[in-house]
Amino acid sequence: MAEILTRTRARNIFYGGSIFFVVIFVVLTIQSHRYIVNTSTAGAPLTEEVVRGKEVWEEHSCINCHSLHGEGAYFAPEVGNVMTRWDVLDDPDGAFEVLKGWMESQPSGVEGRRQMPRYDLSDEDMRALSEFLRWADQIDTQGWPPNEAG
Amino acid sequence: MKYQSQQVALAYIACALLLFAVQVLVGLLAGWIYVAPNFLSELLPFNIVRMIHTNALVVWLLLGFFGAAYYLVPEEAETELYSVRLAYIQLAILMIGALGAVGSYLVGIHGGREFLEQPLWVKVGILIAALIFLGNITATALRGRKTAVTNVLLLGLWLLSLLWLFAFYTPANLSLDKMYWWFIVHLWVEATWELVMASVLAYLLLKLTGVDREVVEKWLYVIVGTALFSGILGTGHHFYWIGTPGYWQWVGSIFSTLEVVPFFLMMSFAFVMVWKGRRNHPNKAALLWSLGSATVAFFGAGVWGFLHTLHGVNFYSHGTQITAAHGHLAFFGAYVALNLAFFTYAMPQLRARDPYNQVLNMGSFWLMTGGMAFMTFVLTFAGTIQTHMQRVVGEYFMEVQESLSVFYVMRFGAGVAVVIGALLFIYSVSVVRSREIIEPGPMQAATGE
Ligand code: HEM
Ligand code: HEM
Ligand SMILES: [Fe+2]
Repeated sequence: MAEILTRTRARNIFYGGSIFFVVIFVVLTIQSHRYIVNTSTAGAPLTEEVVRGKEVWEEHSCINCHSLHGEGAYFAPEVGNVMTRWDVLDDPDGAFEVLKGWMESQPSGVEGRRQMPRYDLSDEDMRALSEFLRWADQIDTQGWPPNEAG
Repeated sequence: MKYQSQQVALAYIACALLLFAVQVLVGLLAGWIYVAPNFLSELLPFNIVRMIHTNALVVWLLLGFFGAAYYLVPEEAETELYSVRLAYIQLAILMIGALGAVGSYLVGIHGGREFLEQPLWVKVGILIAALIFLGNITATALRGRKTAVTNVLLLGLWLLSLLWLFAFYTPANLSLDKMYWWFIVHLWVEATWELVMASVLAYLLLKLTGVDREVVEKWLYVIVGTALFSGILGTGHHFYWIGTPGYWQWVGSIFSTLEVVPFFLMMSFAFVMVWKGRRNHPNKAALLWSLGSATVAFFGAGVWGFLHTLHGVNFYSHGTQITAAHGHLAFFGAYVALNLAFFTYAMPQLRARDPYNQVLNMGSFWLMTGGMAFMTFVLTFAGTIQTHMQRVVGEYFMEVQESLSVFYVMRFGAGVAVVIGALLFIYSVSVVRSREIIEPGPMQAATGE
């Protein structure tokens, strides 16, 4: 490396530059936080049911088989747009019914097919979960996924 | 080994190796479930298996980092560790937490954010352990000689511990939750852990090649500078499709592309130091792992990361087997291989012996690296087909997966090689079978470090 770049200079550039980028990152984070709250997720209210639904989703670690908006595991289908796929995005009762039907038909037991475990949820929790998935589906994700297959 | 207290590293390495074995064995099980999906499906569903696989990985890598810090900081600072007892208490907390987490996953108690599934008490335990560690190691560093290696290492460890605080923040708004989740996941592996990697690598190269400290430390600052300048805003490559603003597509694409630079520099650094080095250290296996780590990290993180980091590509490849392919090679090259390099270097010193079982150890390097490379290739093929059929053509997920089964069989085969390699490695560092000094070639005498 060239002699103008001494160790001390390299160190100072490292510390100074890092602080600079941290500051920019913090500013963009604050802006993104506001954008999420006020714009991209504002299409539907964040009701108590949705909040409970997220907890149900987490308690069962669905994320370690499924992906949600492309994040998670790759073992089972994307669920960020599942309500669109089932054509019940704007139909809370339909969403609840289809989800309940699906969950109760698992595990399929079909030989050679990936299995989803059985979760015995109360109707309340099931409803919360379907509301959470409907809420997740309406988030403005810049047009992702490319198609209904998710 | 010059200081008695460095000995605590031995216990850290032993625990790390135990969890390493758990990680790869459970990984193999996860790979088998892909091949034979009905296997254990009622008793031990895939999500539990996967949690154990990824959590064991992260914990053993952290144990390795802590062990490396306890080993190298006393030597760099030229003083005994502030407290040996605290170091053992810290280790006990982490092991109780790790085993407690596995136990609670098996009985169905887990949180639901990927990688952060630990019950709250385990998260608190990790925080306490991190605080003990920071106190202990900082007190040690402060009372001795201050070098760039310790500065960068401690900065990395402080920052990664600080980021752990986001584990306690779970907003009800899914998009916010996702955004802050990446503050741990991305800012660990693509910022703070890179500082740890670069400083441990610098230490190893200093010892193994005998290049001037002045030169090594200058490289070190340049590497970690490029890592943070690119990696912090590079977080944007995860903010494309989760409800964050559209400008991240440009910020993320540009800065995460630059993330390739530190990995390229680390690889160049390793080879240039060996080429310039005047010392011919007898521990050839440690040198192989050090060079291998820097090289595979460049391919896994740099090349495979760039492969899907531009938003135009990521729009189609996001969350497919391509991600899994990259995740495996990047973690292996950058953090697994680096830890194994350090273990290989430190074990003979900790046991006050000449390097032993080097041929076996180097064999395990090729087996593991070959296995991981093959796994990465087959998953990349699977992911490419998946991306096309599912994201472009629009075929349903489950149908597409069925047509990929041949790749999953090959991935399992690669996994078998990795497991054998890992067990061979553990055996080669634990059991002293033979003393193997590889004859040094003609070289100038070493000076300085
Ligand atoms: C015996 C060898 C291994 C096998 C068969 C294996 C298999 C798997 C499987 C099946 C998954 C789940 C992927 C999914 O969600 O569908 C996974 C995830 C993961 N494994 Fe492994 N693995 C092995 C070794 C390793 C090693 C050595 C590492 C670290 C270098 C590692 C790191 C990871 C990571 C980071 C994930 C999460 C990936 C992501 O979210 O993108 N695995 N592994
Ligand atoms: C050693 C460093 C790195 C490690 C250990 C690593 C590991 C990972 C893992 C495990 C994931 C999956 C996370 C999840 O579960 O969703 C991931 C995602 C990703 N990584 Fe890395 N990575 C590293 C460096 C890089 C670099 C340098 C780049 C870019 C040049 C990169 C680009 C990406 C992208 C674009 C994704 C998102 C993939 C998607 O959309 O599904 N990574 N990485
Ligand atoms: Fe990243």
